[in-house]
Amino acid sequence: MLLIEIKGITFQAGDKNILDDFSMTIENSEVHALLGTNGTGKSTLAYLVMGCEGYRPTAGEIVFDGKMINDLKIHERASLGITMAWQEPVRFEGISVRDYLTLNNKDINPAHYIEMVGLHSELYLHRMVDKSLSGGERKRIELASILALHPKLAILDEPDSGIDMLSTQDIVNVINAFKEHGSSVLLITHREEIVIIADKASQICNGKVVCSGSPAKVAEYYKSRKCLVCSGEVCAYV
Amino acid sequence: MSELNALMKVFGEAGGDKAILENNEIAHLVASGHKLLSMNSVAGFEVDAKETRTGISAKVTVKEGIKIKNPVHLCFGVLHKKGTQKIKMDVRLEKNASAHFIAHCIFPNAEKVRHIMDAVVEIGEGAEMRYSETHYHGLYGGIEVVPKAVVRIANNGRYFADFTLTTGRVGTLDIDYSVEAGENAVTELTARVFGHANDDIKIKERVALKGKNSRSIIKSRVAIEDDAHAEVTGITEGNAEGARGHVDCMEIVKDRAVAKAVPIVNVTNPLAKVTHEAAIGSVDKRQMETLMAHGLTPEEAVDVIVKGILK
Repeated sequence: MLLIEIKGITFQAGDKNILDDFSMTIENSEVHALLGTNGTGKSTLAYLVMGCEGYRPTAGEIVFDGKMINDLKIHERASLGITMAWQEPVRFEGISVRDYLTLNNKDINPAHYIEMVGLHSELYLHRMVDKSLSGGERKRIELASILALHPKLAILDEPDSGIDMLSTQDIVNVINAFKEHGSSVLLITHREEIVIIADKASQICNGKVVCSGSPAKVAEYYKSRKCLVCSGEVCAYV
Repeated sequence: MSELNALMKVFGEAGGDKAILENNEIAHLVASGHKLLSMNSVAGFEVDAKETRTGISAKVTVKEGIKIKNPVHLCFGVLHKKGTQKIKMDVRLEKNASAHFIAHCIFPNAEKVRHIMDAVVEIGEGAEMRYSETHYHGLYGGIEVVPKAVVRIANNGRYFADFTLTTGRVGTLDIDYSVEAGENAVTELTARVFGHANDDIKIKERVALKGKNSRSIIKSRVAIEDDAHAEVTGITEGNAEGARGHVDCMEIVKDRAVAKAVPIVNVTNPLAKVTHEAAIGSVDKRQMETLMAHGLTPEEAVDVIVKGILK
């Protein structure tokens, strides 16, 4: 069953179309990987779906659970079940990991979610979500907090960046945990070993989907540089 | 109800533990206005306190090598709507002594009250002093708080001071702390203040790193809303080889409030290093968005962020 339908959205920044008549769908409990070189509009799509300030489609519709959400604010979308882990999560002074994980629900067991992202709860729950954490630790804690929300749709913007290669399995475990909870995931990543665990994948270039289908097929397409618009490491067309 | 009971009732309502007065192993000094209401000392801790016309004058000494196990509680307050309380403190920690002082300053009904603290602190060689001052103010804003301290830290001494005024209206606050640090001495000054309505906040903290390898951090966290004003001045002087200092000021501004930060760095020794950072503005947008993506409303998100920086 369809959870989110992005119908022909365009997003303009200055005189450039970052997303250009972009469409995609995600089913309930589906992990959908989004591939694309730097600057192709992946994070922009994430911000548009989450409803970040300054990110509203100039054309098209975002329909979530049968409801058009174009004009909803972030917290209103969160209340519908959408959440997001930013590529570089912010730090907070004076908020412990325990408090951060229980912000929206005091009844959950934060230790459970901290362990799910490969951290020892007794070493981390009392720590602050501030600059004393390394980039990798902060990302894991963000993933734990998103897991604790049990969202209908989790947008994960490069959850693997800043996390060492040896810990890739932890990220895979987290994504599988979302699936087990029945959450859908919009997964932005560059790592093939993570793409292949998705149910479906799409390659984005020049603000459009240029290839969509099985993760293996899309990863192959991406690596072979068959995209007629983008053939390099960095897309120069947006 | 006696004045002591009335003061301790408010203290309890503000989250304080009234049992500290009944514990003989905890040193304390309690004063309301210019009346000395209760006092207790412990071994190695000497207090000579007397009432003055407008307040209390106290000389406190922690004897050489004595480490006071339990925090020393100082409870000062004015329960009346009007009044003045001048506290004169002379605190000496002798060589290798250590103590933690917790000051509770209670002004629940102030409509026109002045609380003036004038402290001289001498921290002996290798001694360590922690001083935590928390204010409990009412909602009237008619209070003027003027804490002034001159602190001298001998070689290898350590001084940690923490000032918190986040409950009730600030009124007028004018902090003026000055610290001189000897060789290998460590200083940490932290102030947390939440201003509302037309509260007027001035914080001036100065550390002179005079001794070789002395270190310091001045950390200020201020949130203001409505028509409140805040001016934070953090001064660090690096005057000796290996001295390291840092000034860190963050002010969150809402509504029509106005904030100013003045970090002053003065280095006279080429082998000293002093850094500063100041951030003033509205609540960070990314922090807001992250919390809202976790389901908090914008109001709840601001509350969490402000409480966090003032914690």
